[in-house]
Amino acid sequence: MTTVPIAEGLFTWPEAPHLIGGSCPDCGTTTFPRQPACPRCTRAGMREVALATRGTLWSWTIQGFEPKPPYAGDGSFTPYGVGYVELAALADSAAAVLVESRLTVAEPEQLHIGDELELVIVPFRRDADGNELVTFAFRPASRTA
Amino acid sequence: MEGVAIVGIGIHPFGRHPGLTGRYQGAYAIRKALGDAGIGWPDVQCAFGGSAAAGNPDTLVGDLGLTGLPFVNVYNGCATGGSALTMAERAVRSGDHDLALAVGFDKHPRGAFNASSAMSGLGDWYGETGLMLTTQFFALKIQRYLHDHGLSRDILAKVAAKAFRNGALNPNAWRRRPLTEEEIAAAPMLSHPLTQYMFCNPAEGGVALVLCRADQASRYAARPVYLRAVSFRTRRFGSFEVFSPWLSPERVPGPTAEAAAEAFEKAGIGPAEVDLAQLQDTESGAEIMHMAEAGFCRDGDQEVLIRDGMTEIGGRLPVNTDGGCLANGEPVGASGLRQVYECVLQLRGQAGSRQVPGEPRVAFTHVYGAPGLSACTVLSR
Repeated sequence: MTTVPIAEGLFTWPEAPHLIGGSCPDCGTTTFPRQPACPRCTRAGMREVALATRGTLWSWTIQGFEPKPPYAGDGSFTPYGVGYVELAALADSAAAVLVESRLTVAEPEQLHIGDELELVIVPFRRDADGNELVTFAFRPASRTA
Repeated sequence: MEGVAIVGIGIHPFGRHPGLTGRYQGAYAIRKALGDAGIGWPDVQCAFGGSAAAGNPDTLVGDLGLTGLPFVNVYNGCATGGSALTMAERAVRSGDHDLALAVGFDKHPRGAFNASSAMSGLGDWYGETGLMLTTQFFALKIQRYLHDHGLSRDILAKVAAKAFRNGALNPNAWRRRPLTEEEIAAAPMLSHPLTQYMFCNPAEGGVALVLCRADQASRYAARPVYLRAVSFRTRRFGSFEVFSPWLSPERVPGPTAEAAAEAFEKAGIGPAEVDLAQLQDTESGAEIMHMAEAGFCRDGDQEVLIRDGMTEIGGRLPVNTDGGCLANGEPVGASGLRQVYECVLQLRGQAGSRQVPGEPRVAFTHVYGAPGLSACTVLSR
C-alpha cells in the first residue's frame, strides 16, 4: 500500500508538512492553493510560498450529513468539522490568509472562534488502486509549540 | 411615466411535481402571465429565459408558437432569474422593444445541490474531501456573523418560523404547514448552527413576467407596477463567498450591498421608503445578513428588530411575505422572479390573506448566490 496526497501542489509531505500557497510579487496577496494570477491586483505570475502551520479558528461548522458526489469518502460517513483558519504572515513569506479546511474536531462544545490550531496530514480514503489518500486538516494546537 | 412596467405575472406552484417537466411549468407560467396582461404569445416581441437544470428555455417556442421572436437563454447561477429580468428590462428601456417577457423555471433532484469543482474552476480535491457545499458556506458565514455582531442563535429559528407562517397563507407555496420555533430548533443539525428547517431545498416551479414601456402600461393593466431599477453585481476581492478554498483577511461589502445601493440610487428611492421586501433566504441566517447588506438596518440590530416584529406581515418592513425560499424551495431559474411576482401582487393589493396592510407603494427584491452574485430590483405602484 502506498500513501499519496489527495492532490499535487496542495501541501508538502511527508517531511515538515505545510500548505503551499501563492504570493503576488506586486501586492503581496496570498492565495491557497497557488493560482496563475492575482485575484486582487490582476497581476499574472504568483510565486510559491509556504504557509504557516499554526493559526486561529476564524469560523467553523460541522458537516452533519453525507454530501452527494463529487464528495468521495471511504463509505462510512461520520460528521466532520470544517472551518476557516487564519494563518498569520510569515516573516520571509506570504501575507496572512484564511484557509478552508477539515477540522479533526466535530463537537460543537470543543470549537470556538479564536481557538489555536495546527496543521496535520490525515488519512482520507483508499483510491481504486488501493493507495491510501491523505489530505490536510487542522487540529487543536499542542501546548508546546 | 417613462421607464418599464410589469403588466403581466404568472406562476406555476412551487414544490415537487412528479410527472411534470420543468419546461411544462415554465410554459404554464408564461400562459398565466400572458392571460394576466390580456395578450397572446404573438404579441411578445422578445423573451429571456432561465433554467439551471430543466432544459433550454428557448425551446418553449415549440409549445407556445413559432413566432420568430428573439429568445435568449440565461444561465447565471442563483441570479439566473434576476439576470433574465435584467435583460428584459434593458430590452424595453433601450427602446428596442415595446413588450418583453422574462421566464424562469427549474426542476431539481432532492437534497443539497451537488456542485462540480471543475465547473467552478476548482480542483477535484475540494469537492472530493467534502468542502464544496453551499450549506456549509452559509453555516460558516452566519456562525462568524453571529459572533461578530453579538446575535443569538434563537433568531435563526424565529426567521424560519415566520417563513412557514407566511407560506401557510400562500396557495402557491410548497411548505404550507406552520412550524414552531421549538420544532425548527430541535430538527436535525445539518451544518451547525443551522438545522434542517432553517435551510431551503432545491425544488420545482416556474414564473413569468410581461414587461412593457411604462407609457403603454395602461393598455394591458389596470394597476401596472413600475420596475424602477434592476441592478446585478458580482463579488469583489475581499468578499466572503461560497466555494472559497481561501479568503483574504481583508473584508469588503458583498455583491448584495453593491447591487442594492445601485438599485436604490437608480430608482431615486431609499431603503426607508420601502414597504415590503423579498430577501434571499437560502437559510435563515441569509435573511438576517441581507437585511443589513441591503440597507434596511445596521449589522447587529436585527435581533431587536425581529423580536419586535418588524419583518412580519403588518410590521414596519415585512420580509418574504410569500414564505421566501424557505417555504417555496429554490428552483434556481424561477426563484428571483418569484420574488418580483410576490411584490407585484402585493403592490396591486391582490395578495389575499397575506396582503401587507396600508396599501404598500414601494417594494424591493434581492437574490444572492453562487458564486458570489446578487440582483436587486426596486418596484413601485
